[in-house]
Amino acid sequence: MRRVAAFYQSTVGKKVAMALTGFILVGFVIGHMLGNLKAFQGAEKFNHYAEGLRELGAPFFGHEQFLWLFRIALIVSVGVHVLAATQLTLRAWRARPAKYHMAPHLELSYASRTMRWGGVIIATYVVYHLMHFTFGNAHPDFIPGDAYHNLVVGFQSPWVVAVYLVAVAMLTLHLYHGIWSALQTLGASHPTYNRWRRGVAAALALAVMAGFAAVPLSVFAGIIR
Amino acid sequence: MELRAKVPSGPIQEKWDKHRFEMKLVNPANKRKYEIIIVGTGLAGASAAATLGELGYRVKVFTYHDSARRAHSIAAQGGINAAKNYQNDGDSVYRLFYDTVKGGDFRAREANVYRLAQISLNIIDQCVAQGVPFAREYGGLLANRSFGGAQVSRTFYARGQTGQQLLLGAYQALARQVAEGTVTLYPRTEMLDVIVIDGQARGIVVRDLVTGTISAHMAQAVALGTGGYSNAFFLSTNAKACNATAIWRAYRRGAGFANPCFTQIHPTCIPQAGDYQSKLTLMSESLRNDGRIWVPVRAGDTRQANAIPEGERDYYLERIYPSFGNLTPRDVASRRAKEMVDKDQGVGPARNGVYLDFRDAIQRLGRQTIAERYGNLFDMYLQITGENPYDVPMRIYPAPHYTMGGLWVDYNLMSTLPGLFVIGEANFSDHGANRLGASALMQGLADGYFILPSTIGDYLAQTKFAAVPEDHAVGRGAVAEAEARTRRLLGINGSRTVDAFHRELGTLLWEFCGMERTADGLHHALREIPRIREAFWADVRVPGDGQDLNQELEKAGRVADFLEFAEVMCLDALQRDESCGGHFREEHQTPDGEARRDDEQFAHAAVWEYTGDDHPPKRHVEPLTFEYVHLAQRSYK
Amino acid sequence: MNLTLHVWRQSGAAAAGRFERYEARDVSEHMSFLEMLDVVNEGLIEAGKEPIAFEHDCREGICGSCGMVINGRPHGPVPRVTACQLHMRTFKDGDQIWIEPWRARGFPVLKDLVVDRSAFDRVIQAGGYVSVRTGAAPDANAVPIPKRDAERAMDAAACIGCGACVAACPNGSAMLFTAAKVAHLGALPQGQPERYSRVRHMLAQHDDEGFGSCTNHGNCEAACPKGISIDWIAQLNRDAIRAALGKATEYAGVGGGGA
Ligand SMILES: Cc1cc2nc3c(=O)[nH]c(=O)nc-3n(C[C@H](O)[C@H](O)[C@H](O)COP(=O)(O)OP(=O)(O)OC[C@H]3O[C@@H](n4cnc5c(N)ncnc54)[C@H](O)[C@@H]3O)c2cc1C
Ligand code: HEM
Ligand code: HEM
Ligand code: SF4
Ligand code: F3S
Ligand code: FES
Repeated sequence: MRRVAAFYQSTVGKKVAMALTGFILVGFVIGHMLGNLKAFQGAEKFNHYAEGLRELGAPFFGHEQFLWLFRIALIVSVGVHVLAATQLTLRAWRARPAKYHMAPHLELSYASRTMRWGGVIIATYVVYHLMHFTFGNAHPDFIPGDAYHNLVVGFQSPWVVAVYLVAVAMLTLHLYHGIWSALQTLGASHPTYNRWRRGVAAALALAVMAGFAAVPLSVFAGIIR
Repeated sequence: MELRAKVPSGPIQEKWDKHRFEMKLVNPANKRKYEIIIVGTGLAGASAAATLGELGYRVKVFTYHDSARRAHSIAAQGGINAAKNYQNDGDSVYRLFYDTVKGGDFRAREANVYRLAQISLNIIDQCVAQGVPFAREYGGLLANRSFGGAQVSRTFYARGQTGQQLLLGAYQALARQVAEGTVTLYPRTEMLDVIVIDGQARGIVVRDLVTGTISAHMAQAVALGTGGYSNAFFLSTNAKACNATAIWRAYRRGAGFANPCFTQIHPTCIPQAGDYQSKLTLMSESLRNDGRIWVPVRAGDTRQANAIPEGERDYYLERIYPSFGNLTPRDVASRRAKEMVDKDQGVGPARNGVYLDFRDAIQRLGRQTIAERYGNLFDMYLQITGENPYDVPMRIYPAPHYTMGGLWVDYNLMSTLPGLFVIGEANFSDHGANRLGASALMQGLADGYFILPSTIGDYLAQTKFAAVPEDHAVGRGAVAEAEARTRRLLGINGSRTVDAFHRELGTLLWEFCGMERTADGLHHALREIPRIREAFWADVRVPGDGQDLNQELEKAGRVADFLEFAEVMCLDALQRDESCGGHFREEHQTPDGEARRDDEQFAHAAVWEYTGDDHPPKRHVEPLTFEYVHLAQRSYK
Repeated sequence: MNLTLHVWRQSGAAAAGRFERYEARDVSEHMSFLEMLDVVNEGLIEAGKEPIAFEHDCREGICGSCGMVINGRPHGPVPRVTACQLHMRTFKDGDQIWIEPWRARGFPVLKDLVVDRSAFDRVIQAGGYVSVRTGAAPDANAVPIPKRDAERAMDAAACIGCGACVAACPNGSAMLFTAAKVAHLGALPQGQPERYSRVRHMLAQHDDEGFGSCTNHGNCEAACPKGISIDWIAQLNRDAIRAALGKATEYAGVGGGGA
C-alpha cells in the first residue's frame, strides 16, 4: 500500500490512476449506453430495466443497496480521475510557462488537446444530467420511478437534446484519445499490436456516440414516444 | 628539457604487466586524500574520471560543453579496433601492434603501441558490460567490419554512431560516480591555464562561461583529455569548439609539444560549398569499401557525371594501386585526390572534389543492400548537398580530421611537466605520423580506462606534495594573467570578427602546411603567421563584456592560441626534412610519388620546448628504435 | 534569397526577452541554417552589436548541442533533422522566420537561444547507467545478445539529448528522453539487474526537475531528430508499474539464512 501511495506521488502514478479509473468510467458509460437502448423496446421494458438496476444483487442485496455500492464506486472513480487530472494539468501548466510565438500542432490531435476542457464539460454535463433524470429537479415533469416518461418528456425540448448531443460529442473525443492513451499509460504496447490500438479506441468511441445519440434523437424525432 | 620515455625493460609482450606490478600503489585509505583534476569529458577524459572516481580519488572534471555527453568523441562514426580475432581471420595482438606501427610510418613508440593493442581486448569487454549496443550477428555474437584498408575484420561498430555509443557508455559511468559523490562535474567551464608550483602541475585556471568568473582549482595531479587541434585549419571535420588552448597553455608552462606537424587529412569529406562554410562533414571511410573513386580523364571537363562515358573516366586509385585500389591508406588517397584537383580534373560546381561512385555497387548488390550499408550516410549527404548519391556519384575531397601530434608523454602518459598527464588525442599519440581508421577511439579509452588510472596512482604514491591552499599566490597570479588577457581581448574593439582572422589563418595553413608541404611554402607561412597574429591583436572586435555568456570571447581566446600554435606547427614541418605518413614534403618522394622517409635523421619524435615569447622554441628529440617491426618503406602497390 | 528573421533576444536568465527583427540578405540555398545565423552574426558584430547566442558544436546532427524552435517547430520544418543539418534550400525568398529557444520550466534560458539542459544530466545520474566497475567485465562474447534486442537497444540509444522532445511537449515533459534511456538499458541483459530501481529513480528525478507529465500527445516523437518512438514511453510506464508492484524493492530476507 505504501508503495502504491508513493507511486501515486509520481507523474506516471497519477497517470495510471487516471487510466484505471478512466477504464471503470468507460465500462460504466458503455453499460449505460446499452441500457439506454432498451428505450426502443417501450415503456415497461425500460422502466423494468431501470427498476431492475435498483434490485440488482437481490436477494443478497436489498432495494438500491447494490446500486449504491455501484454508485459509490463510480463517484470514487470520477473523484480520483478528476483529482489526478487536475493535479497533472496544474503541473503541466507550471512546466510550460511560456508559449511559442507560433506552434503548429505537430502530432497533436484535436482529441488529445481537448482532454482537459472536454473532461470539465463532461463533468458539468453529468451534474446537469443527474438533476435532469435522477433527481428530476431540472426536469419539467419528473415522475420518480417512471424513467421512460421522464426520458420522453425530457427530450421534447431541442435545447436539451442539443446539450446532450454536445456532451456526447465531447465524450466521444475524450474516449477516442483516452482509451488509446490509457493503453499507452498502462504500458499495453507491443510492436505487433500497436497498429490496432488507435482503431480499437476509435471504434469504441464511435459506438458509444451512436448508442447515446440514438435515444435523444429518436425521442425528438418521435420514433420513441 | 630531458625526455625520459621510462619504457620498462624486458620483452615487449611483458612490459606492461611487469610495469603494473612494479608501480607503487596508493593505500586505499589514503585515496580520498588525493584530488585529481581532469580536463575534458571525451572518451579519454570521461573514462579516466569515472575510473579514478571508482578507485576512490576525489576527482574534479571540467568541460566547456553544457554537458559531458557532447564531447567531440560523440561524432566518431566508423568504429573501434580490437584484436579480439572473433572472426578467426588471423588477427592477433601482435598483428594489430604491427599494423599500427607500420601504418604510422614508423614514427611511434613500439612499447606504447604494443600496450595499446593488448588493452584493446579489455576495452570491448568493458563497453559491452556498460550496455554499449554494438552491432551483432544473428547468433547474438558481436559483428565486425574491416576498416581503413585493414586486411582483417577487427572493427567493432554501433551503426554509424560508434563514437556516440562509446561516449555515452563512458558518460554514464561518469554520471554514476557523480551520483556517488566521488566526481564533481564542472560543465560550461573552460580551462585557460595550468598552475605550476615548485615544478609540479598543481592546478588549473578556469573561466565559468556563464558568469564569466575566472578562478583557480588546485589538486595533486592534472590530466588533460582535451582533444586535437585540427581546427587550426578553421575548416575541418572537427566540432566547431575543438581547440588547442589547454595543451597550448600547458606547453607555455613547460610541457613539451611533440610532432605538431603530424596532422591527418581524411580523404572522404564533402567538398566546401562556399566561403560562408563553417565546417566540413566527414563521410565515413567505410564508403570506400563499395564506392569507386574517379575523375574525368580530360582536364576542365564540365559535363555532368552521368554524361561522361566509361572510357573517359579515370579510376586513378585503381589504376595506380592495383592491389589496394580504393582502399589505399588515408594519406595516400588524400594526396592523389589533391593531385587530380590541382590538374583541373576536379568535379562539382567549384571543381574542388572527386567522385565516389556507387553505380557499379548498386548494380552488383542492388539498391537495397547499399541502403542497408550506407543508408544514413547517403541521407546525410543528400541533406547537406541536395544531391542523391543513389543517382549521381558523391563528391568528396580531403579535409583535416585528426592530429597525431600533441603534448609529449612518457610511457606513464605524463608530460615533461611533472604531475601533468595527457590522454587521448591531446597527447602525441601512439599513431606515429599517420593514424589508422578506428584506432583513436581505442587509444582514448585505453588511456582513460586502463592506463592513466594505474600510472597516476604510481605518481601520487611516489611524490611528496606541499600543501597548497586554493588561494595560493601562484594560482592568484595565473588568474590575474588570465583576467588581464580577457580584458585585453575585449578592449581591442577593432573592425574584424574573430572568425575572419581564423579563416585567414586556416586558409594559410591549408595551403602551405596541409596535405603537401615545401620548404618555401613553410617559410612563407612562418612570415605570414606573425603578421596575422599582430593584426588580430590590433584589429579584432570582441563585443559584449566578460561578465556573462560571451561566445565571441571564447572563440577569441582559442583563435589567439591557434595563432601562436600555428607557428610551431609550421616550424616542425619545416625542420622535419623528410616525408612520413601525413607529413608529406614535396622535396622527399619516391619516383612514384610516395612519402620517402629519412630514418637516418628523423626516426624520432620532435619535441618543442617553450622558451619565452621573444625566443624561438627549442627542438628536442626522442629517438625511436624499432626492435620488433623492422623499418621498411610503406608500399600499397 | 532574402529572409526576415524574428529572433528571441534575452540578455540573461533573469532578464525579460523579446523578439528582434533582422534582415538576412542574399542567403545561399546551400548554407546550413546555423551558417546563415553565422553570417547574420558577423554582420551584427561588424555593426558593433551583440551577436545572437546559440548553442552548437558538431554541426553533424550528433552532439545534441544545437536546438532552437524555428517557426514553431523544434529543429525546424524538416522531420528527423537537427537545426545544424537543416539547409536553407527548405526556405524560399521572402520567408519570415521566427526563432525561439526551447521553452520549458526544466530548461531555463541562459541567453538568447541558449538554455540550461543540465536537468538531463541529473536524470541520467539518477540511474541511467549500468553499475560495472572498470576491469570487472567478462569477455564481450560471453553473453550472446539476440540481434533483435541489440537493434532495439540501439534504436533507443540513438537519442542525442537535444531536448527537442521537451520543447515540443505541451506539458513540458521529458518523458521521451527518460524513456529512451530506460528502454536502451532495459533491452539488454546487462541492464536487467537494476532495471526496476533505475526506472523508479529516473522518474523521481524527472519529476523533481519540474518537467510535466506525459499525456501521450506524441509531439515529442514528431519533433525528435532521431525519431525516438513513444512506444518507449509505454515501456517505461510498464516498468514503472512493475517497479511499484514490488520489483524494485530490496529483498528483505525470509528468515533463516544462517548466522
Ligand atoms: C568526424 C569524425 C569521425 C571520427 N571517426 C572515428 C572513428 O570512426 N574511429 C576512431 O577511432 N576515431 C574517429 N575519430 C577520431 C576520434 O573521434 C577522436 O580522436 C577522439 O574521439 C578524441 O577523443 P578525446 O577524448 O581525446 O577528445 P574529445 O572527444 O575531443 O574531447 C575533448 C574534451 O575536452 C574538453 N575540452 C577541450 N579543451 C578544453 C578546455 N580548454 N577547457 C575545458 N574543457 C576542454 C571538451 O569540452 C571535450 O569534452 C573521428 C573524428 C572525427 C572528427
Ligand atoms: C464518463 C466520464 C469519463 C471517462 C469515461 C473518462 C475516461 C478517460 C480515460 C480512459 C482517460 C485516459 C487516461 C490515460 O491517458 O491514461 C482519460 C483521460 C483524461 N480524463 Fe477522463 N474520463 C471521464 C471523465 C473525465 C472528467 C469528468 C474529467 C475531468 C475534468 C476528465 C479528464 C481527463 C483528462 C484531463 C485526461 C487526460 C489525462 C491523460 O491522458 O493522462 N475525464 N479519461
Ligand atoms: C445521451 C444519452 C443519455 C441518456 C438518454 C441517459 C439517460 C439516463 C437516465 C434515464 C438515467 C436515470 C436512470 C435511473 O435513474 O433509473 C441516467 C442516469 C445516469 N446517467 Fe445517463 N443518460 C445519457 C447519457 C449519459 C452520459 C454521457 C453519462 C456520463 C458521461 C451519463 C451518466 C449517468 C449517470 C452517472 C447516471 C446516474 C446513474 C445512477 O443512478 O447511479 N449519462 N441516464
Ligand atoms: S528523445 Fe529525441 S528529442 Fe528528446 S532529447 Fe533525445 S533525441 Fe532529442
Ligand atoms: S509530447 Fe509530451 S505528452 Fe507525452 S507523448 Fe510526448 S511527452
Ligand atoms: S550541432 Fe551537434 S547536433 Fe547540431
